[in-house]
Amino acid sequence: MAESYIGAPIRRREDIRFITGAGTYVDDIKLPHMVHAAILRSPHAHARILSIDTKRAEALPGVVSVFTLEDIGELDATVPIRMYKIPGLDKYLQPSLARDMVRYVGEPVAVAVAESRYLAEDALDAIDVDYEILQEVMDVREALEDKVLVHEHNGTNLAGVHHVSIGDADKAFAEADYTRREEFRVHRFTGNPMETRGAVAHFDRGKGELRVYGATKLPHLNRQTIAAFLQLPEHKCHFEENDVGGGFGIRGELYPEDFLIPFASVRLGLPVKWIEDRREHLLAANHSRQVTCELEIAARKDGTLLALRAQIYGDMGAYVRTHGGLVPCSTAALLTGPYRIPNYEAKIHCIMTNKTGLGTLRAPGRVESCFYRERMLDMMARDLDLDPVELRKKNLVTPEEIPYEIGFTRPSSHPTILDSGDYASALRQALERFQYDEMLELQGLRDDGRYHGVGLSYFVKNTGGLEPYEGARMVVGEGGGVSVYLSIAQLGQGHETAMAQICADALCVPMDAISVFHGNTDLSPFGWGTFASRGTVMAGNAVHLTALQLKDKILEAAARHLDVDAANLSLEDGNIVQTGTEAPALPLGELVAHMRESITPEQGVPELEATAYYNSNNITHTYGVHLAHVAVDPETGMLEVLKYLVVEDVGRVVNPLMVHGQTVGAAVQGIGGVVLEELVYGEGGQLLTTTFLDYLLPTSTDVPPIDDLVLEEAPSPYNPLGVKGAGEGGIVGTAGALGNAVSNALGIEVKDLPLSPDRIRAWLRAREDG
Amino acid sequence: MKPAPFTYYCPDTLDEAVRLLHEHGDDGKILAGGQSLMPLMSLRLARPAVIVDMNRVPGLDRIAVNGDGGLSIGAMTRQRAIERDAALAERNPLLAAAVPLIGHFQIRNRGTVGGSLVHADPASELPAVSVTLGADFVLASAAGERVVSAEDFYLGYMATACEANEVLTEVRVPAWKAGRLWAIDEVARRKGDFAMAGVALWVDMDGGACADARITLFGVGGKPVRVEKAEQHLKGAALDDATLKEVERIVFEELEPDSDIHASALYRKEVGGVLTRRALGAAAARGTEAA
Ligand SMILES: Cc1cc2nc3c(=O)[nH]c(=O)nc-3n(C[C@H](O)[C@H](O)[C@H](O)COP(=O)(O)OP(=O)(O)OC[C@H]3O[C@@H](n4cnc5c(N)ncnc54)[C@H](O)[C@@H]3O)c2cc1C
Repeated sequence: MAESYIGAPIRRREDIRFITGAGTYVDDIKLPHMVHAAILRSPHAHARILSIDTKRAEALPGVVSVFTLEDIGELDATVPIRMYKIPGLDKYLQPSLARDMVRYVGEPVAVAVAESRYLAEDALDAIDVDYEILQEVMDVREALEDKVLVHEHNGTNLAGVHHVSIGDADKAFAEADYTRREEFRVHRFTGNPMETRGAVAHFDRGKGELRVYGATKLPHLNRQTIAAFLQLPEHKCHFEENDVGGGFGIRGELYPEDFLIPFASVRLGLPVKWIEDRREHLLAANHSRQVTCELEIAARKDGTLLALRAQIYGDMGAYVRTHGGLVPCSTAALLTGPYRIPNYEAKIHCIMTNKTGLGTLRAPGRVESCFYRERMLDMMARDLDLDPVELRKKNLVTPEEIPYEIGFTRPSSHPTILDSGDYASALRQALERFQYDEMLELQGLRDDGRYHGVGLSYFVKNTGGLEPYEGARMVVGEGGGVSVYLSIAQLGQGHETAMAQICADALCVPMDAISVFHGNTDLSPFGWGTFASRGTVMAGNAVHLTALQLKDKILEAAARHLDVDAANLSLEDGNIVQTGTEAPALPLGELVAHMRESITPEQGVPELEATAYYNSNNITHTYGVHLAHVAVDPETGMLEVLKYLVVEDVGRVVNPLMVHGQTVGAAVQGIGGVVLEELVYGEGGQLLTTTFLDYLLPTSTDVPPIDDLVLEEAPSPYNPLGVKGAGEGGIVGTAGALGNAVSNALGIEVKDLPLSPDRIRAWLRAREDG
Repeated sequence: MKPAPFTYYCPDTLDEAVRLLHEHGDDGKILAGGQSLMPLMSLRLARPAVIVDMNRVPGLDRIAVNGDGGLSIGAMTRQRAIERDAALAERNPLLAAAVPLIGHFQIRNRGTVGGSLVHADPASELPAVSVTLGADFVLASAAGERVVSAEDFYLGYMATACEANEVLTEVRVPAWKAGRLWAIDEVARRKGDFAMAGVALWVDMDGGACADARITLFGVGGKPVRVEKAEQHLKGAALDDATLKEVERIVFEELEPDSDIHASALYRKEVGGVLTRRALGAAAARGTEAA
């Protein structure tokens, strides 16, 4: 047996299935009599619906049904806010189908159900909608003028405001030697999981039960909402996630379609499938980022940071969706980063525009705030003639100051506390591994005709917590096989492997004897979900606690069976061992066989089972450093990332291969977002990037090999395993490091993303002209 | 993303194909490699009522060497076949170098020479290369054959001289002159993307001076843009820094591109000039190497 499964580089069990095409994704679900839905989406950014005529569509051969909001009638539902419900936002919710008005291109207007997706799309062509086109508003500044109102009846586009106030920023600014003010902007982009959204809903009329395939991320919460909407008992609704091709924050949140497809199935009594195509995905699934920030910094001449003041503007799009004010509020939440900044004030504005709703994307708000802060620190270092590394070192929170309470940076009753870490140590190791000093020599114009630059960013990222608990149930069966049933969903992270490792260590059975089951709301009555890098923190600790309980139960049962004292028994590699005796070990499987065959009424139930929940509101914080080396062709503005390093301390590594995979994937996604990806709106509020021809994802030739160093210097004191999440550290610092690297290469100050060749040329031109 | 209904024909002969096109007029559309047409149909941006699939028509994928050393390339020749034809690279290095810049190999496996030329995406390589090479296009219809020069073929944004009832059957490329200097260069957001700007050019030298040249840019207008002013400037000049700089300036002045989400008009003008200067430099370097 391995000394410990936790920490071992074990290949993911899931991989064979995924790589050999043996996975079952929602589109692989094919049920008898299944029909197909397609959704009519608004072609206008802002318009009044004068009439909808579905007669022509309904008459087409093969069309089963066409419905609009009128047909949903009393069941009319809106997408609820599940997080960051700051006051006012609930007046901007999205109905399942457009109600009299459409407010963004892509908004669902009607649903056609037909014998095939082809016929369903033909039916969409035959739905006649009469629109009165209205003026749209696409820019937050303009939206704040309230000349064009996205939701007229609310009288304003400013849907919500939240204040953060820590210390006395105004006083600190008044007394500071040095202040600077800048406006930064992060553009709009999105997660684009390889598998788009999708659902197969099957209402069994006979049993009165609803089964929904394709649920993920938050299956229990979504079941609760949909059951209430359809007026079905929650336990008669079964949400199954199947295999999932990625989430990145976007997939698995509740959307209008999550009402519409089950509704269609209940109404028709047939299984109904809807698979989102990529165009729909880009139009209709959550967009993210697009936060603008006016940031002010105050410091002493020697570089000691005194205060930050920020005005944060989130472009919420046309409706506030499940995440409420999360994206702009999370920008404020960790704006101070790993630094000691005693005075901090932020005002967060949630502003409505005629765009697709805003939601999360891997480290939402944190990528943005790291960009603002780390850019500002480099500017300040230049202004004060300080070394940017020394400046950071000087202000990093020290291990002695930890746990370090920043204060109430979120609309929540929990203060933000940096739980554990040696920030200077991570920085030192990052610089060493990157050979930072040598790399600095490369900066400037080189023989290849390009300007080279090196950039650094430091991040902290909250992981786990946010929703209080996850649970696990464990059962020992035939041959000593252990079934682990999780309440949490998985979108490709690798829970089947990681949770088996954690279980094996705590239960003291071989990992091969353990199977992990997840992704079905029948496995546990409650559960939250997979987001905010909380899987290992929440479900991992739940598995750990459950396994400890189960081990006690096993030993008690064995004690009864062997007629010895349980205190003298232990479990070792799946065998029950009597300590201090020569008695032969009892394999767990034999104990189970015995209980199954011949348990007496006095000995109780034949089942070896335990259930436990890990319940904690404490948030752990990972931290680390990104370092980038870039080269820019000044004549074409083409940027190449030559070298990239991510250093992150995740407290305790459960599986280094998986952490490595998460880190590399996140860094690539981050580089793509910063350099290539952008959701661009054009005239009339039309989204111009609706295919992968125009929405540019990074491919293997667009990124360098990503180097990573994963540290375990600071286990979290908050949970039994000491773990922190590892899904986002690889992305948080990308905008900051790349922004700094390009600025250093070209001698300009990057304040705007993406780092596209056209923009880089424009910056250089402005410098040449000015 | 499912196409609107259409009727599908898969003729076995060219005669049959042109008859079908004649019969269906504007409703008909040829399917070659499908790499441009199918996405457009799936997005319902193109809704042809009739598809005439050319993939079973024999004889349209031949590459032949003409008596004068020029090439005859069948319209259905896969882009990948050109890329893999070492003999062709000897006969026309510019054409051979252009093809790998088209998308990714999976796309070139299916995408055809004719499809690229008729689809006429202004950012695509082959139309510009055919203009620079002075190629002729053979168009067949029920009424017979006609030959149109590449330059006359491209009319405007995705508009060509190919009528709805016509099939491009063959591209005739004039013989490559011995000692010709050439280069193709482009800037795209990612490898394999359509270019934001690109240039395909050749220069024939007479001693130290340029005797003749062709410079055609792509991605910088509605169709391939030949910059005759720049060609004129080159004639009689040496390919030195001053000349190259001046050509860059001329190209910058001459281009009238549009802006789109990937690049502004000004960017395209600048980069069009820069690429032309660099390509001429690369062509000159080839000459030095050969010497
Ligand atoms: C991801 C991606 C990237 C790409 N990148 C590039 C790139 O960088 N550069 C580039 O140039 N192209 C690029 N392409 C386009 C690709 O090269 C296509 O193969 C080409 O444009 C069309 O060729 P096809 O044979 O596939 O034609 P089809 O898609 O079958 O047809 C295209 C059009 O031409 C017409 N047509 C085809 N053949 C004939 C004929 N013989 N006579 C008359 N009309 C005809 C069709 O009716 C249709 O209108 C890319 C495509 C994709 C999907």
